[in-house]
Amino acid sequence: MSKTPLQFRHNGRDVAIFVDGGTNLLVALRELIGDMTPKFGCGQGGCGACSVLIDGEIHLSCLTLAETAAGRSVETLDGMKQGPNLHPLQRAFADNFAAQCGYCTPGMLMAAKALLDRNPQPSRDEVVEAISGNICRCTGYESIINAILAAAGGRASA
Amino acid sequence: MTRHRGRGMASVNYPIGMNLGGDPSQALVHSNPSGKFTVALSSIDLGQGMKSVTRQICAETLGVPVEDVYVDTADSDTGPHCMGSFASRGTHRVGNAVMAAAREARGVMMEAAAEELEVNAADLETDGRGNIHVKGAPHRSISTKDVAIAAQFKQGKTISGRGIFLVPLSDVDPETGEMSPATCYAHACLVAEVEVDDETGEVAMVRMDSAYELGRALNPRLVEQQLVGGAWMGVSHALYETPEPYYPDPAHGPRDFVEYLMPGPGDICPHDIAVLERPAPDGPFGGKGPGEMCANPVLPAVANAIFNAVGVRIDDLPITPEKVLRAIKSQGGARPQARR
Repeated sequence: MSKTPLQFRHNGRDVAIFVDGGTNLLVALRELIGDMTPKFGCGQGGCGACSVLIDGEIHLSCLTLAETAAGRSVETLDGMKQGPNLHPLQRAFADNFAAQCGYCTPGMLMAAKALLDRNPQPSRDEVVEAISGNICRCTGYESIINAILAAAGGRASA
Repeated sequence: MTRHRGRGMASVNYPIGMNLGGDPSQALVHSNPSGKFTVALSSIDLGQGMKSVTRQICAETLGVPVEDVYVDTADSDTGPHCMGSFASRGTHRVGNAVMAAAREARGVMMEAAAEELEVNAADLETDGRGNIHVKGAPHRSISTKDVAIAAQFKQGKTISGRGIFLVPLSDVDPETGEMSPATCYAHACLVAEVEVDDETGEVAMVRMDSAYELGRALNPRLVEQQLVGGAWMGVSHALYETPEPYYPDPAHGPRDFVEYLMPGPGDICPHDIAVLERPAPDGPFGGKGPGEMCANPVLPAVANAIFNAVGVRIDDLPITPEKVLRAIKSQGGARPQARR
């Protein structure tokens, strides 16, 4: 099978790879670029662990053809840290005990970032809606919702 | 269509760990020449925080800062044997093993310090900040780092300790057959309030109020996250999850997360938790185990709340809308019980 050249921005850096037709974005990110932060959960779009942002919008990378990303900007958890400093959302997740096993956390953080980037002061219901495509087995969601609200509150006062 | 509110409660007595073969776990503790300590375990931290809790237990027993302890888990090639992370046994079983190992290592550390300070080890105490000094004379002091260096390079001693926890074999009363299957019990009571739709059979969680008695909460934030997350799993088992919805026929089993359901962030409810601390006599610093028990009382409490709301008694799990609706229809409609 012939390979297709593909270029896009990955966390602010230009990348160029060759993909087989039908390769999904999750595989491209993990196996061709080496960014292991988007997680393979169900591979069917049912769990949200693979969530990434494409041009600021949340996408399930396991259901997205890699070629969809051509010329666009893909953000993953790997690009969230600001230099040596945790992103306010990461800090809030740590402070609020919003992770236990941690497998859903990359997807949760990307869903939360997509929300706060367009709606810096969400209501609780808006937070619930934003992470409703992401399954967490450990926390019961309460601490994740609280962390996102705390990060939003912190931004307002900063 | 009417939505009926109902309230149900349940209590559990929960034995910590299991009893097969004495349910043992081992731990090894040793100092590095830097004066820091490593705890070697085969036990697994699945995110509940066992690394944090065993680190606290080791630091407290050694008398050193928690920053000076590193816990190395989950390599069964290099760590001593552990039965596993299940049955709420981590804090109690592994914690006790770590405590025993740290106590032995502390003994060697104090002997090594005594030799350096030229005093009797019984006259020494730790300050919890990385120093060992003569009781009542804090200026006669040596750092744990200097003790570790002296032990390694001068005295030729290993500051180390071995620990195991094994449940003693229970005696059986020859007259009555009575025996004690467990040494340590935690307790809980939970009140669930639900809303049952008598047209769709759907059950919505309204709120939960609970009290958990789990020995000393060695790390209160970790205990809280276990209780909150565990209650969610209880709701999930009570109302949503099953791999065999029409057991034993596997034909209609779920194939993905659209069919294998779990409550999402929109399905949770407020949950007020009271933690009661009654230290366990045989627990590490009184700790029991806030593990599996946090899911257990939710299931019967929700079943009781559904009975209270519409008068149907469902005795197999999960309590799906289909089961509720069939039961309501077969008794000729919802029969709300007295509100308690």
